[in-house]
Amino acid sequence: MYERHILICAGTGCISSGALEVKEALIEELDKHGLKDKVRIIMSGCHGFCEKGPIFIVYPEDVFYCGVQAEDVPEIVEEYLIKGNMVERLLYHDPVSGETHVSHDQIMFYHKQLRQALRNCGVIDPENIDEYIIRGGYIGLKKALQMEPMEVVNEVKTSGLRGRGGAGFPTGMKWQFANSSKGDKKYVVCNADEGDPGAFMDRSLLEGDPHAILEGMMISGRAIGADEGYIYVRSEYPLAIKRLRTAIRQAEEYGMLGENILGFDFNFKIKIKEGAGAFVCGEETALLASIEGQRGVPRHRPPFPAVEGLWSKPTCINNVETLANVPLILRRGAEKFATIGTEGSKGTKVFALTGKVNNTGLVEVPMGVTIREVVFDIGGGIRYGKKFKAAQIGGPSGGCIPDEHLDLPIDFDSLTAAGAMMGSGGLVVVDEDTCMVDMARYFLNFTRKESCGQCIPCRLGTTQMYEILEDITEGRGKPEDIKLLEELAWAIKKGSMCGLGQTAPNPVLTTLRYFRDEYEAHVYEKRCPALVCKALLQYRIDPEKCIGCRRCAKECPVDAISGEKKEPHVIDQEKCIKCGACFEACPKKVQAVEVLSEGLPELKETEACEGDCKCQS
Amino acid sequence: MSAIKLTIDGREIEVEPGTTILEAARQIGADIPTFCHDPELPPNGACRICVVEVEKARALVASCVTPVAPGMVIHTESERVVRARKEILNLQIANHPLVCITCEKTGECKLQDYCYRYGVSDSGYVGEVKDLPLDDSNPFFVRDMNKCILCGICVGKCQDVVGAGAIDFTKRGFISNVGPAYEDKIEDSTCVFCGLCIDSCPVGALIPKVGRGKGRPWEIEKTRAICPYCSVGCGINLHVRGSEIIGVTADQQSPVNRGHLCARGKFGWDYQKSSERLTVPLVKSNGVFVEVSWEEALGLIVDNIEDVRNRYGSLSLMGLCSPKATNEESYLFQKLIRSLGSNNVDSYTRHCHAPSVNALMKALGSAAMTNSIEELTGTEAIFIIEADPLDSHPIIGYRVREAVRSGAKLIVANEKAVGLSDIAHYFFALEPGGALALVNTMSNVILEEGLHDQAFIGKRTEGFEAFRKAIAGYTPEFTAELTGLTEAEIRTAARVYAGVEKAAIISSAVIREEEGGDQLVLALVNLALLTGNLGKNSCGLYLPYSENNLQGCADMGALPAVLTGYQQLKEKAVREKFSKAWKIPISEKEGYSAADIFNTKKESSIKAMFILGENPAACGEEHEKTAEILKSLDFLVVQDIFMTETAALADVVLPAIAFAEKLGTYTNTERRVQLNRPAVEPPEEAYPDWEVIAELAGWLGFEWNYDSPEDIFNEMAALTPQYSGISYERIEAEGIQWPCPGKNHPGTRYLYEGRFGRGLGLFSIIELDHSRKFDQKPLPEIHSIGEHGCQCISDSMRNHSVISSMKKNRGGES
Repeated sequence: MYERHILICAGTGCISSGALEVKEALIEELDKHGLKDKVRIIMSGCHGFCEKGPIFIVYPEDVFYCGVQAEDVPEIVEEYLIKGNMVERLLYHDPVSGETHVSHDQIMFYHKQLRQALRNCGVIDPENIDEYIIRGGYIGLKKALQMEPMEVVNEVKTSGLRGRGGAGFPTGMKWQFANSSKGDKKYVVCNADEGDPGAFMDRSLLEGDPHAILEGMMISGRAIGADEGYIYVRSEYPLAIKRLRTAIRQAEEYGMLGENILGFDFNFKIKIKEGAGAFVCGEETALLASIEGQRGVPRHRPPFPAVEGLWSKPTCINNVETLANVPLILRRGAEKFATIGTEGSKGTKVFALTGKVNNTGLVEVPMGVTIREVVFDIGGGIRYGKKFKAAQIGGPSGGCIPDEHLDLPIDFDSLTAAGAMMGSGGLVVVDEDTCMVDMARYFLNFTRKESCGQCIPCRLGTTQMYEILEDITEGRGKPEDIKLLEELAWAIKKGSMCGLGQTAPNPVLTTLRYFRDEYEAHVYEKRCPALVCKALLQYRIDPEKCIGCRRCAKECPVDAISGEKKEPHVIDQEKCIKCGACFEACPKKVQAVEVLSEGLPELKETEACEGDCKCQS
Repeated sequence: MSAIKLTIDGREIEVEPGTTILEAARQIGADIPTFCHDPELPPNGACRICVVEVEKARALVASCVTPVAPGMVIHTESERVVRARKEILNLQIANHPLVCITCEKTGECKLQDYCYRYGVSDSGYVGEVKDLPLDDSNPFFVRDMNKCILCGICVGKCQDVVGAGAIDFTKRGFISNVGPAYEDKIEDSTCVFCGLCIDSCPVGALIPKVGRGKGRPWEIEKTRAICPYCSVGCGINLHVRGSEIIGVTADQQSPVNRGHLCARGKFGWDYQKSSERLTVPLVKSNGVFVEVSWEEALGLIVDNIEDVRNRYGSLSLMGLCSPKATNEESYLFQKLIRSLGSNNVDSYTRHCHAPSVNALMKALGSAAMTNSIEELTGTEAIFIIEADPLDSHPIIGYRVREAVRSGAKLIVANEKAVGLSDIAHYFFALEPGGALALVNTMSNVILEEGLHDQAFIGKRTEGFEAFRKAIAGYTPEFTAELTGLTEAEIRTAARVYAGVEKAAIISSAVIREEEGGDQLVLALVNLALLTGNLGKNSCGLYLPYSENNLQGCADMGALPAVLTGYQQLKEKAVREKFSKAWKIPISEKEGYSAADIFNTKKESSIKAMFILGENPAACGEEHEKTAEILKSLDFLVVQDIFMTETAALADVVLPAIAFAEKLGTYTNTERRVQLNRPAVEPPEEAYPDWEVIAELAGWLGFEWNYDSPEDIFNEMAALTPQYSGISYERIEAEGIQWPCPGKNHPGTRYLYEGRFGRGLGLFSIIELDHSRKFDQKPLPEIHSIGEHGCQCISDSMRNHSVISSMKKNRGGES
């Protein structure tokens, strides 16, 4: 019998930081020490704490080693597995408190999480259906098969589950539409076209718990009367695709997929369609067009896919995370599921927490926790003791929530009211060093490139917004630009055909709402308060502090710095390209180079000013 | 479902459920602007210019994609609507080259019109603009994608209507574009240059080269004419400025082509401007043509005709009438030949169609195509065998595509893949000569499986029992090898064709006798009779003719055995009727056919010939032999627009005029009599052909009095039952399909309702000639853009047109 189980994370993150090499080293090391039959290695799914990967957990003790590399393995085997001495340096050290934690539930990052959708991720071997079944897998399906389709629909309705893909449409209601649509053939489609920059919860779910998605799809199929499902997954997720294929094959071998599933009069097959990476293909009608082999562009709704979807048949499209919750609802009952969360948003939500926080990674929290809890408790607060400025939630369609709303509960309705949206769950924390105009520009650059190009407001409007933002960040902002941005935002939101365009202005609108002063500083004073927008910065050398060491002058790529040795140096502002090399070169104890944004004198009064703008006052 | 009541701009209106807001608004005359909307394409709501305000709706809605709902209150020009439209126009023109001063589209550009309407002149937006190279790769049109507003109509037309699939959207976001794959030039794409994209472009992104710099839209006068190429007879608008044609657009109102064209209609008309046109009479003197006066030419003709007639008798004279001539010209031509005392009048081109014509006459009693082109869109199954309609008659191909889009099943059985094979539900690659075996076997399978229409057979046909016995040997097992199909495939073809209420057959009318053309047509008639697919809407046999007025040419009696409307020469009453009307005796003796003259191995008795616009010396595999026969004549007159191979052999050549210069009627392959109007004057000393024929008749001593083509038409109509209800006035707006026996008769969309031309439909026993099939050559490629056989007249036009430079072997043209 095995004395120990070692779980090595084999998510994409940990694999890229060396998990497979760790596994090879461990096999070799165990072999060398004759422990091959006593220690079982399990390559698990994602633990969410990817920045600390590869993650290496030893059971039954639950010792959480992180950042383990192949060369660390002999030490773990010899010192810990054989001698029982903790390898301190590989344990988790809390960056805030400085404490060292042995097991993962002591770590703040995990402490406030409630891993429901991610229940099996990092726990089971995703390539082994037995492990899924042992953890309660396919019980939900069996229950669903014992129920009438409408009972299944009602169960999901009662649970209050809302779509995790972005808009938060009630899942049960969607199923009901598809259920009541007439059709000789219906489809279930899993939307795994995760496209928001930085979001990877769907990938982790597919890699770490593929059977949960299959089971969710089959339950959906039972509910709406479909016998075929498609998983539309980006081809950039090769590991997810591989694990899905393995899972489908195993499920077929076990009779969980195919004809007369579990002995019931229910047939279901699942196909995988690989997407080619267009962001807009995450939009449901574009996704369906892409599956059909058409160009992946959205079409007008109605008809909604529930009425006329894939190949014009009624189709139910759900996001990966939504489907991952479904087996749980069936297995444990809708009421149990509904105990978690807020009035309008039940259950949990997975976020990809990133940005200027101490702990980044995939976190799953109950609906209704505050932004503060996520940022400061789970995320461990802002790095380097900087000040929290905003949380950008919901990806390129989302918005920025400022510090005055830190106690805003995270749920669909609160976020929408605050001008952001749940989106697929990207959560980027920004600190005082981030320019909000620049960030809005970043997101607009993303959406304008990913606009499918069909409808005029989105195709041309986002480009115009981007160009205006670019002008503002580069010091060419005109007083009328802010109004123009608002007008454009209105036209794009009201006039666009699909969700991409309708939400594309959100990053601009929320930053205008909460950080209008920053826009005004850029436009009227030609100043970037966060010291980010290069065109609005000046590098100066404080003659009082400068020791005349010539280091900055040597680093300057354009020879803009003059001054004799031991004499204070001067930067020629005409020549300076604001690369910051001098700032970096100046010895830390000297710090004579300073970066300022005081407004560009030659730009302070432009011809466009007609006396009514702030630059006059 | 009952009508839906709603309010638009304060007016209450009731419309059918499913109507879009745009359609409803247009019903009350509200002018909602649109860029991407096209009535024949699925609405996609992309351009957003058609947004309207619906009270209580959250956002503005795109009217082209939003169906009406009861009680809706809609404002089509509210402040919010105008604001949104202005914003869209602002965005558009920020990235649109405002070179309206020189843009060809100025005056009929939607972007310009809407900017004018909403007072948008300077967008206020600056920034990146597109800077794409022009695609000037082909001789037909220039693509300036900097002007493209990405409405996508061209893409829809190219993919859905035509099926060429040459262009699609490329890239995403701001750099989205429309064009061929891999940024190829249009010349290197599958473009068939039908010009649908050009006609439907709302801005100046697609500009035909031919008219560039030659006239503004408001300087152009449009004349409605009929395309002079194939027998579909598309309506076209000739754009004229001054005395010159500078372009063609499709006639949106034409019931035949509904705004569609192919390359020939869109670009092929320019032969009219060719410098090689014949403009004065020519007489051959010592082997060289010299220009002469009309008097001299006509005098020479009269002298020679009289000389030949005196020496050899009237039966030594013959006339060949062009299927490009108008009905009026054809009528006069055969009247002239008959006035000279013989019935030796025929069309060489019709001679190419003889196998199918004869077969149809025999089995059904008329050779005309049974049903209308438009009816194809209502069929439930289409069986195409040995034909390539998308190439030979593109409009028919477009209608097949439309039928398939509406759910019709398509079977294509051809020796090679054709343009429509791609969308066929079943494409069967036939062995050479396997068509007949397939059709016979399909009939047998239908009988064996009880899929035949017993009631129809009992009431409307004869010869069934003998046919049933004869066909019994054609089992799928037996013919699988002959056809190259599997037994299951043959059965599938039979079941699909016979399994629906309305099924149509499309084949080629120019398969030659030695290639089994007559037999195949008879077998197809059997198939249609067996399943009751004749005499009703959206079924029938489509064997379209090649040239534009081949139908009319025959209708006009330019045939050796019949007078107009196929009235039999052998019937005394008929002869008397014409004798009385024409004030001449009509010979009882059936004339020589073209086949009699050109297929015979014997010495020909014909000594003089008048060929009106035909080119037998260049036609078909035997053209050399034909030329020899023509050379051996004592006297040959040819009237043509070009110095054709045949004209080169003539003693006298008269200049003819082109379609764009003449008034008259053409009858298309679905029997639709359509009015062609002149747009420009004929060149130099060329006169309308009817005037020349009438003048010649006068010189020959006949007293004809015609003031206009309309006079001629009226005389003909009075003598021709099928045409008797048709007049120029009635076909002013839209052509009428014969038979039209009365002034109030609406015309006939499909033939044989209740009765076949010969009474009962005749089943024919077609025996497979086993000795023949195995050494049969593959069927010739059937072209009408191409250079094969029976389009020799079109070819002489085509060869003087820009379309002659079209690349071979592209998409639907293989």
